[in-house]
Formats: sequence, structure tokens, C-alpha cells
Amino acid sequence: MNSMTSAVLDEGKVVLETRQLTKSFGGLVAVNSANYRFIERQAHAIIGPNGAGKSTFVNLLTGHFPPSSGEILFKGQRITDFPAHKVSRLGVGRSYQKTNVFPVFTCFENCRLAAQAQLPTSMRFLRPAAMYKEVNERADWALDLCGLKSRGDRVAGSMSYGEQRQLEIGMVLATGPEILVLDEPLAGMGKEESERMVGLLKDLARRFTLILIEHDMDAVFSIAEVLTVMVNGTVLESGPVETIRASKAVQDAYLGDGAEAY
Amino acid sequence: MSRLPRSLSILLSVAIILLGAYPLFGDVLFPNKHAFLMQKLTGIMIMAVMAMSLDLLVGVAGLVSMGHAAFFGLGGYMLAMLSPEYSAANLWVVLPAALVVVAIASAMVGYLSIRTSGIYFIMVTLAFGQMGFYFFNDSKLAGGSDGAYIMVKPAVEILGVSLLNLGDKRTLYYVGLGALVGVYLLLRVVLASPFGRVVSAIGVNENRVRGLGFDPVAYKLLAFTIGGTIAGLAGFLAAIQYGFVNPATLSWHHSGEALVMVILGGMGTLFGPAIGAFVFELAKMGFESVTEHWLLPMGAMIIGIVLLLPKGVGGLLLQLFSGRSKMEGGQ
Ligand SMILES: Nc1ncnc2c1ncn2[C@@H]1O[C@H](COP(=O)(O)OP(=O)(O)O)[C@@H](O)[C@H]1O
Ligand SMILES: [Mg+2]
Repeated sequence: MNSMTSAVLDEGKVVLETRQLTKSFGGLVAVNSANYRFIERQAHAIIGPNGAGKSTFVNLLTGHFPPSSGEILFKGQRITDFPAHKVSRLGVGRSYQKTNVFPVFTCFENCRLAAQAQLPTSMRFLRPAAMYKEVNERADWALDLCGLKSRGDRVAGSMSYGEQRQLEIGMVLATGPEILVLDEPLAGMGKEESERMVGLLKDLARRFTLILIEHDMDAVFSIAEVLTVMVNGTVLESGPVETIRASKAVQDAYLGDGAEAY
Repeated sequence: MSRLPRSLSILLSVAIILLGAYPLFGDVLFPNKHAFLMQKLTGIMIMAVMAMSLDLLVGVAGLVSMGHAAFFGLGGYMLAMLSPEYSAANLWVVLPAALVVVAIASAMVGYLSIRTSGIYFIMVTLAFGQMGFYFFNDSKLAGGSDGAYIMVKPAVEILGVSLLNLGDKRTLYYVGLGALVGVYLLLRVVLASPFGRVVSAIGVNENRVRGLGFDPVAYKLLAFTIGGTIAGLAGFLAAIQYGFVNPATLSWHHSGEALVMVILGGMGTLFGPAIGAFVFELAKMGFESVTEHWLLPMGAMIIGIVLLLPKGVGGLLLQLFSGRSKMEGGQ
């Protein structure tokens, strides 16, 4: 295959890598020989039209789908066949394109459950979960970071859509990840909610290795350092954000005239 | 599971106190039927234990089991098989032995069924339950389809001193009440623990739990085993009470009844299914005394409750009481 590899900005430590990663659904090849390298502490955005295979790629990276072929390496270790819970425990946290919080739990309980992932095991039966100090602190920290500190007691299902999206990310943070894989965190948000979220994402980009799937061009340009354009399951173009922004091939194939073609 | 609204806790405590006091004033209230009612209530409290154990699976972990009675029945059969024919078994031996066997059986059934979900899980647990039924029905192990008697109740002694006489109806009543309260509190503690939080979350969204770093299979398997073992305890107590076990205790009818108690009472509320056991059994008793076609009004009542109270009696109580103690949150 002549598939190209995603670019990296000044060499750093590769923390996550895919080699010829492929996923087919029946006859449809959703992700096609994807070669990606993600560098520690870099913010790497992946853009592409609907159906390009971005979410499928996230599902592969985080063990939610088994790949059809190819390999995934975490810090050099082969994790291709790891189930989702093991990948998460390694420090690869993900959020979902479709909001995926526990609506009947309070905001704090959502984060506390996620923070329990910091315990070596949750096979503990007698002491109330609410009395694990370090878990509570981790949950508080995550709530604070995602901007929901004052919302701890709200039942998640009763919060606004934008807040639920924030909680979605707060839960990932509470698990204590090194790498954040965020699948369209801005999807479906209003202007004001979006601005708040972009602020959060910028903050996260400074603290974590960030893999950001996003539609919103302006947001991507303001957050990411590296940009990869994915079309039909393959890497179309990859490089520093400014380069890609100016790239003729990308403008024609993807960004189009108005840059909001979908 | 977050704390119950305070007023609801008080109401439930009062109900338990009334149950505790019943043997003392029962003769006055129902002079002719007191002994009968006390036995009936003992049986209901034991079924309430069974219903709560099933709620752990169905209401909390989202595992709709149609074979739960197999563990109930197995608990009873263990007592029958371990008891000497003409003398008393030692409770400190037969109870742990029975529970260990039931725990192993439920872990095995769980291991083989837990990876399936939805309708398949229902079918697989139903099949295992029926296997248990036919095992005792067709084998000569314990009386086959006729069932088996436990002639002498187990002895509860320490250093030769008898602590409880399980042959005494009132004592047995309090044993049933103790089991009801004890199992409820135990499950509350477990559900508030890190393990319990994960299991509750699995019931809401298993995939997200996996994404957060927990292996749902391990947690579901353990929940299934705990639920099965508690059902075994209930079956063990029922066998002591009736002095008799038969294959019907394992049958899917019995599993279905327990499921109805859980649904009537309110899935996932724990105290609800215990109430469901009372509603179910008392209604059955009432209808039975009026007509031999009691299944008809019983069915109508069940449909009525399910339609009017989609979250069961427990859901209704939670709604009524959390209105007052605002913002209780969670479930
Ligand atoms: N579970 C699945 N089963 C079958 N096809 C799928 C599944 N998930 C995604 N697809 C298909 O794979 C392609 C890529 O989808 P997706 O990864 O969701 O794209 P994107 O996130 O870039 O919009 C689409 O054609 C989609 O229909
Ligand atoms: Mg997508």
C-alpha cells in the first residue's frame, strides 16, 4: 500500500502509533492501512468529512473495535488486541462523539466512578465508594478542570447538552489518562458552549497528549499543532497546521470553498 | 445507589418494627389465623430475600435472569441432602456447605452465560434453570419428582448449648426477619462500595464502564454469584421452614414469580422488590381465598400495577418521598 504516514512536528517521543491499521465492515473499508504517529504532549487533530472513518479509528485506537489487520503500539508495546478496559488503564482515555454519560448519576458520581479507575481494582466491597479520599479528590479535580465544579450535585441527565459534553470529558480526565482521544467534543454545541469548550480544549492541549477529532475548522486551527486530513479511511495529507491549512490538495478535496461543505 | 430519602428510611424502619412486633400482638388481631399468618409472613420474608437477590442482577446489573430459582432450589436441596435422616444436622456445617455449593454453581452458570446479553442471556439462564429442575426431578439423589423431607430441623448450638430452636415457629419467623434485614443492609453496603458503583453503572451503560477501564465481565460474574448465593440462602431457609424440598422450587415458574416481585416492587431499588414479595404473596393469598381462579385477578392486578407504576411500588415511594427531601439525585 502506498498509504502515507501522519506527520510529526519536531521529533519527540512517539507514545502511540498505528501501522497499516485497517478495519472493514463487510465490504466497506472504514479505516484503510492507517499509519499514525502521535508524539508526547503534542496536540494532533484529525479532520475529515462524515464517514471518513474518524470514529472508527478512535474505536480501534482505544480497543472498542478489534482491527481487521495492522498494529497499534503504545510506547512501543503492541496493544493491538487489548480490550477497551485495558487500553484505558494504560492511560489512553477517550470521549465519545455521542454523549455517553450515566444520566441517572449525579455529575460528581459520574466523575467519581471514572476516578475509581485509579484504584488498582474496584473489587472492594465494604467501605463506601464515597469514603475513598483520593478518588473523591481526583473526581473534584476533574470536575474543576472540565468547568463543572459547581454542578457536582446535579443529576447528569438533567443538565444542558453542553454541560453533558463537558462532563463527558471530565469523566475521561478523572480516569487519569496520559493521552486524550476526543471524538468531536464540539459536536452539536451552540456558539457560547463551543467557545467554552474550545477554551477547555486549549487548556487540555497544554497538559496532555491530545488526539482531537473535530469538524470545526476554526477550533482545530486554534488548538492543534499537527493536522491530519482523513478521507475514505486513509490519510490524505498531514503536517503542521499552517501547512495543511494552505495546502492546495486539502483545500480542493476537503475544505472546499466555504469550508463548511457538510 | 445513593441514600434513601430520610422520611422513606423512617417509613421502612417502622414497617420492619411492625413486622418484628407482629408475633407479639398477632393473636389479638387475628385470633383464629395467627399461627397461619405468622408462617405465611415467614415464607414471604424469605421470598423477599430471594427477590432482593434477583434485583441485584435484574435491577442493578441489568442481567435479566430467568433461572434464578435454580439457586434457591439448590440451597434447599443441599440442606435436604446434607441432613441425617433421623437426627439434626449442625447448622454451622450445613449452612456454609450449602452456600459454598450454591456459590460454585452460580459462578459456573454465570461464567457460561454472562458473555451473552439481552434475550440470549434470558434464554441461557432459563435453560440452566431447567437443567437444574430436571437434574433433581429425574435423579434418585433426593426423591426425584416426589421431593425430599427434612425430618429434623438443623441444630443451632455452640459448645452443646442450643441457641435457637428452628422448630419453633416464632423463632423461625425472627430468623426470616433477620435474613430480610441483614441481606438488605448487606446489599446496601455492597452497592455503595466501589464494586457496587461499577455494577450499578454496568446496568446503565456497560460499554461506557468498559471504556472507563473496568472489565464488565468480571463485575457481572461476581454480582451474579453473589445474587445466586443469596437466593441459595433463601432456599435453605425455606427448606427449614417447610421441612420439604421438591423440584418445583427450581422451576422457571418460580423464577418468573421472583421476577414479577422485582418488577412490581421497582427494579433497582432493592427495598422495592422486598415490598413486591409482600404485595405478590398477600394478593395471591387474598385472591386464593376468594376464588380458585385466582390467577385471573392476580394477572389483572399485575398488569394494573405495571401500567400505572412503571417503576413499581418502590419507584412510587421514592418519587413521593424525594419530593419532600428535595434533590436527592441518583436513583
Ligand atoms: N459498527 C459499524 N458497522 C458497520 N459500519 C460501520 C460501523 N461503524 C462505522 N461504520 C461505517 O464506517 C464508515 C466510517 O464511519 P465513522 O468512522 O463513523 O466515520 P466518521 O466518524 O469519520 O464520520 C461509515 O461508512 C460508517 O457507516
Ligand atoms: Mg464520527
